[in-house]
Amino acid sequence: MNRREGEACPRRNADAALDRDAGAASSSPVVAAFKVFQQELDTKHDKHERLVKISRDVTIESKRTIFLLHRVTRVGSVPNAEDILKEAEVKLDAVRQKIGQIAEELRGEDLFQFHRAFTPGIQEYVEAVSFLHYIRHRGLISLEEINARLVFSTAEKGTAEEPQTAGPALTFQVTPSDYLLGVADLTGELMRMCISSVGNGDIDTPFQLSQFLRQIHDGFSYIGNTGPYEVSKKLHTLRQSLGKVEDACYALRVRGSEIPKHMLADVFSSRTALPDPEEGVV
Amino acid sequence: AAMSVTEMFSYIQGSLSADQDVREEIRKVVQTLEQAAREILTVLQSVHQPSGFKEIPSKCAKARELFCTVRTQLGELKTKFPVEQYYRFHEHWRFVLQRLAFLAAFVVYLETETLVVREEVAKILGIQVVREKGFHLDVEDYLAGVLIMASELSRLAVNSVTAGDYTRPLRISNFINELDSGFRLLNLKNDPLRKRYDGLKYDVKKIEEVVYDLSIRGLAKDAGDNVNVGGVWAGPE
Repeated sequence: MNRREGEACPRRNADAALDRDAGAASSSPVVAAFKVFQQELDTKHDKHERLVKISRDVTIESKRTIFLLHRVTRVGSVPNAEDILKEAEVKLDAVRQKIGQIAEELRGEDLFQFHRAFTPGIQEYVEAVSFLHYIRHRGLISLEEINARLVFSTAEKGTAEEPQTAGPALTFQVTPSDYLLGVADLTGELMRMCISSVGNGDIDTPFQLSQFLRQIHDGFSYIGNTGPYEVSKKLHTLRQSLGKVEDACYALRVRGSEIPKHMLADVFSSRTALPDPEEGVV
Repeated sequence: AAMSVTEMFSYIQGSLSADQDVREEIRKVVQTLEQAAREILTVLQSVHQPSGFKEIPSKCAKARELFCTVRTQLGELKTKFPVEQYYRFHEHWRFVLQRLAFLAAFVVYLETETLVVREEVAKILGIQVVREKGFHLDVEDYLAGVLIMASELSRLAVNSVTAGDYTRPLRISNFINELDSGFRLLNLKNDPLRKRYDGLKYDVKKIEEVVYDLSIRGLAKDAGDNVNVGGVWAGPE
């Protein structure tokens, strides 16, 4: 059968049994009760679908921001680096607007009832925002700092629907798990950043990166299996990224900065051919 | 001001293990709930026995007594986590709550031969109907419980014939058909509830076969009063 029917007509025609007792049943308390359930379930499914859609937009825009940020590292210390960072900041502001829409949908709801609908987008946002933070500050953005920027004033939204009282601001809270999963993905971006910085003859960045990645790796080891199942899955990819960066640092140390670039490329491709499973087509 | 990587991870670790502690507490209460549900099921299962048909009212009364324990245990479960995080831990009690909804629905069906409303199930379990008011009965869990009852009723239809009660299958058949029309109104997604609903047609079919067997032998009309059961069954078997 179809997964979802919009109209009642095809459904009715398909079911002779319904026609048989339609006259008697339509007035029955059972059918009346199920009409209420129908409405309740449809409302819930609709909200879920809307959240999935917003989450997808958040994912796409976050990925684009990450691509943009890689341009900063690729050209190294070029004069327009600050321009690119500003542009990324603007993009992330747009993403935050979308997250504001998620918060709007979740107003008065149990966040965890719809968590599956929007968790991919939020993880991607964490990845993007923590990547920008690393490029600017060479450190790990905290969960608190991320959440502090996800506070939305209720005034601009919602005026169309109902007269809003100037109540408490709408907030969105990234869960510790989503934060962790986003940070795990960040390590993949840092590994790519390491490759391109080596390509640019930037010797310092790889060493900084390997130190930072080691700290994150240690952090994940500390968490171990306390976290959700997905975290332990990502730990494997994290180890691979770390290994590549450590090998690069090793090569730089041994051979010095005169190492031919094609040999560095070998360092990175020797383990696995740069798997990039998360990054779909944008 | 900024947190170091180590500090950040130790903060996250702290919140994750706090989460695990809550889950552990919930699991303990859910185990006692499962025990209580099994006891109620055992009491109600006896209605399938030939002798059990006369004892339906007393079995229901016994089951209702046992629901007192359930209410206490659900009351305890509520205290184990913040109420606004119901769906965060939902999976832990989802299964047992569906079983309990089934048992409540079954008791009410045996007593009154009607479909229990969600409000009544919530009342029997001592919980809320609406999420905003506290620990509640999710509509999908209620519906899942009703579907479990449907397959129990198809069994009851078969066993009531064996016990010589020929009118019950007809009443069950009407009831299940009504339920079926109710479920047809729902636009179910490809989820566990949908899968369970897909089983309803087999229950409907089974009950229709029982009704068919009874009607071609004229048993449905006679209502089991002066029927020679042995003679009837000698034919087809």
